[in-house]
Amino acid sequence: MTDNTHTHPHHHIKLSEESLQKQTTTINLGPTHPATHGVFQNIMEIDGERVIRTTPSVGYIHRAFEKIAERRPLYQITTLTDRLNYCSSPINNMGWHMTVEKLLKINVPKRVQYMRVIIMELARIADHLVCNSVIAVDAGALTPFTYVFQSREHIYEIYEEICGSRLTTNIGRVGGFERNFPAQAWEKLDKFMQSFPKVMKEFEDLLNRNRIFVDRCVGAGPVSAEMALEYGITGPNLRAAGVDYDVRVAHPYCSYEDFDFMVPVGTTGDVYDRYMVRNREIWESYSIIVQALEKISNIERSDPKQKEIFYAQEADHFHLPPKKDVYTKMEALIYHFKIIMGEIDAPKGEVYHSVEGANGELGFYLISDGGRTPYRLHFRRPCFIYYQAFPEIVKNGLLSDAIVTLSSMNVIAGELDA
Amino acid sequence: MTNEIIQQKLTEVFGEQLTGWETPYDMLTFTAPRDKNIEVLRFMRSEGMGFNFLTDLTAVHYPDRKDEELCVVYLLNNMVERVRVRMKVYLPVSNPDIDSATPVFATANWLEREAYDFFGVNFVGHPNLIRIMNPEEMDYFPMRKEFPMEDPTRKDKDDAMFGRG
Repeated sequence: MTDNTHTHPHHHIKLSEESLQKQTTTINLGPTHPATHGVFQNIMEIDGERVIRTTPSVGYIHRAFEKIAERRPLYQITTLTDRLNYCSSPINNMGWHMTVEKLLKINVPKRVQYMRVIIMELARIADHLVCNSVIAVDAGALTPFTYVFQSREHIYEIYEEICGSRLTTNIGRVGGFERNFPAQAWEKLDKFMQSFPKVMKEFEDLLNRNRIFVDRCVGAGPVSAEMALEYGITGPNLRAAGVDYDVRVAHPYCSYEDFDFMVPVGTTGDVYDRYMVRNREIWESYSIIVQALEKISNIERSDPKQKEIFYAQEADHFHLPPKKDVYTKMEALIYHFKIIMGEIDAPKGEVYHSVEGANGELGFYLISDGGRTPYRLHFRRPCFIYYQAFPEIVKNGLLSDAIVTLSSMNVIAGELDA
Repeated sequence: MTNEIIQQKLTEVFGEQLTGWETPYDMLTFTAPRDKNIEVLRFMRSEGMGFNFLTDLTAVHYPDRKDEELCVVYLLNNMVERVRVRMKVYLPVSNPDIDSATPVFATANWLEREAYDFFGVNFVGHPNLIRIMNPEEMDYFPMRKEFPMEDPTRKDKDDAMFGRG
């Protein structure tokens, strides 16, 4: 052994007694292993192919979002939420807007709420597509992945038409959207709705009953309902274990109570159940979008003036007025100036709001002391909480099972570290 | 199970020990004494109450509150009744010891490590209370309010410019 007293403690891995005596092997899964799909480390003690012990180490891309948020006005925090679960940023953005709206007691018009539901469900589909196809990649099948990425691309093009960006979307504003959806966005959405079922069907045909895939996934990384609750697991991972907890149903937000959808659950909580729950949820999300489109067209038919409504009037102090008005109307110019210069104080209050993120309950705990910025903002990041169960899940399993378990848990490094 | 019933049941058992009852934005919130946190959590988890899910655990720093500068916040969820409750425990920053919730909820493990890492709350009885996000050799707790975000010598980024101070 060399003298380690002068090295950085992070760079020094203490090998266990068994490992030093060559009874077991200590390996690093991460921080930049292809199977982690992000930057985090697992120091694994393996005996042949069997995992004896796993020590996760996180924080490699910690960006101190909670500290940064204490110096930012509320509407500038949206860009921080983009970078949590970056596979479904719109859900994070909307979750944050809704938290602020709850603090400010702003009522958002139904049409805007349904528009948000469409965006959030598109994001859920995109996120689930990535996660499920990546399980297949890690199990050795690249085709489904490249195939569904076309649909993900279509979803990203819809975001692009609405807000101008694709990955870190910063979509919408406090009180609604920055502008109405352009005609191209509706067209692209229509095109997506027509083409997607066929793609999804084919994706399922490729994998659901694929003998190699099923053999690979069934029984790998099982999670019981008790264990899932004990470890604070939420989202598809919890539902795969058989607990029907979905924030959209348990604590409805954004008018989810108006929609008719199922909450799919699994039984054993293994990789295959998690995969199947996500697939079912994609179909449910698709049906929610269909319902939302119908509701929006009903609203517009009964009252054509509603077509122009894309934000809550009472959010004036927080919603940037349209550029045209800023140039021609005095009030709009004043609000524009006040918002940009950060002259507007938020009311005092303590709010917890959570949304059903693509991988679990994404919560925002906001304490406002009446200043312009939050006094304290805490993100309840679902994968930070459930990732601590990983060593327990893969213990005594095969190393190759640990790989598919990791990809089926949908751990996103950006959200892990915040 | 409404907030009133939860409050009533808790008061029956713990009486005057629980204080600070309020319901900001419909969430029942109360303050528990520092030495009772585990007892209250166990009671909340018991069959009769059914709060078997620890949704969140975090800390807040209030430098102006004498002898209760640090606040540990627990967010409990009863999934069957679909109700959430928030429990707070205040600690002096000079002696930030509190019993760890890990024996009651496994979830608390990393959440307490995070609260320790950023606020220096010392969770007594935690199996592995080490920093989680920051480097191990760091010797301060960065989320405490005495560490400003910006360089304090810069006048253009004065607190007054940011709606504070």
